[in-house]
Amino acid sequence: MADLDRRSFLAGAGALAALTAVSGSLGGALAADPVLAGRPLVRYPEKTDLILLTSRPAQLETPMRYFDRAITPNDAFFVRYHTFPTPTSVDLGAWRLRVGGRVDHPLELSLDELKTKFPRAAVTAVAQCSGNSRGRFSPRVLGGEWGDGAMGNAEWVGARLRDVLAAAGVRQGAMQVTFEGLDRPAFPTVPQFAKSLDLARAIEDADVLVAYQMNGADLPMLNGFPVRLIVPGWYATYWVKHLSEIQVIDHVFEKFWMKPGYRIPDNACGCVEPGQAPAHTVPISRMTVRSFIATPESGTRVAVARPATLKGVAFDSGSGIREVQTSDDGGATWHRAQLGADLGRYSFREWTAAWTPPRPGAYRLLVRAVNGIGESQGYEPLWNPAGYLRNVIESIELQAG
Amino acid sequence: MIRLATLRAALALLVLAGLPLVAGAQSRTITLPPDHPYGDLKAAPGQDVTERACRNCHSTDYVVMQPHGDVRQWEGVVTKMIKVYGASISAEDAKAITQYLTTQYGR
Repeated sequence: MADLDRRSFLAGAGALAALTAVSGSLGGALAADPVLAGRPLVRYPEKTDLILLTSRPAQLETPMRYFDRAITPNDAFFVRYHTFPTPTSVDLGAWRLRVGGRVDHPLELSLDELKTKFPRAAVTAVAQCSGNSRGRFSPRVLGGEWGDGAMGNAEWVGARLRDVLAAAGVRQGAMQVTFEGLDRPAFPTVPQFAKSLDLARAIEDADVLVAYQMNGADLPMLNGFPVRLIVPGWYATYWVKHLSEIQVIDHVFEKFWMKPGYRIPDNACGCVEPGQAPAHTVPISRMTVRSFIATPESGTRVAVARPATLKGVAFDSGSGIREVQTSDDGGATWHRAQLGADLGRYSFREWTAAWTPPRPGAYRLLVRAVNGIGESQGYEPLWNPAGYLRNVIESIELQAG
Repeated sequence: MIRLATLRAALALLVLAGLPLVAGAQSRTITLPPDHPYGDLKAAPGQDVTERACRNCHSTDYVVMQPHGDVRQWEGVVTKMIKVYGASISAEDAKAITQYLTTQYGR
């Protein structure tokens, strides 16, 4: 017992440093990124060093190097909140998940009941902020100026939402289901965070979960402890953290975070001419196809005439990734990358490719993915005023020699 | 064998460090760090009133990360905070804040 957890102790000391001082800043390669330049690395409770977007409420993004693998570690998983204060303490003795509204039997479930009364279900799925990569929009738009790290992939385990709703007995005339967490803004004038799903998805989709486990462990507080809603394929705005209230309603829910918040232009591309305002909007939902090169890091140096291994991930909204391709000549020729294990249609798909720089010089490497229904990524970024849905072909710069 | 005082000190450090304390798994608590100096506003006339207004609801990195914009952009932002989020800011302060942001974070 003498080893009173030396590692915890050291980790504690590290976290203490983060509380009292600047934890660090990004390395040379990332410092050149126009969006991330100057942003500090910080360490929050239950988290490793992440890139600070905002302190209060906490918004932290994952460094690109973590996306060289399919599963994002819990301590590196991004953090996004809407209002302050955010939940910092949960007493499981008192915590209950309430299910009410147009149901026959309103429920108040403890975490133990949620775990034992309903079949356990698992899904590996990408959570991505609607505004991921917003900082790269041109012309620029107001909002959380994220780089590309407001995304992560985990195996989520929990009860199926449809099983919970079936236990409550959804009544005739129900139209939508609303979700709220423990977040309560400091001022009553600030809109309470709440989201809704159409009834069909809530009671039919076996992959929509009330998750109490993330990569085999409890959820970190900053990712929604004790439970969060998982809506695979849809942007993480629906993945309500610290979920505590489910209400079945007989109308379309249009409070702030559904309208006017989180809307996209009501057309096939979800886009408008840069600088224009859309005439009609709809709630954001499905994610677009994306792919990234995580390693080598952009801006680094590689050897000439020796194969370098490119690694990254690709994902979409649930059709699954059929193919990933890379190019070192601006897209004139594309080479098929090798796909890693298939962890399910909602998961990051890991990919690797060998690339040999033929001669010294600067190279731009491009990556694009094609999903199961043939959707891919374009050379020109699409634009909308909220900075959502970004899925342009991404690239890195490498110096050979 | 570890001495009780050492154990206590280490435990206190863990509490301070904001690590989760698991009391029988019945509860979990974290402690969040203060606002990071990265978000500090530029020292100039109007900084005080701007800081006071913004920090009621959020850290000021929300300001410094935005694209630099003209008076229309910052007027829009201040109006949104008042009308949409109900920030309690007088008309006089709103004017001073807009001017500070346009001067310090303008194009």
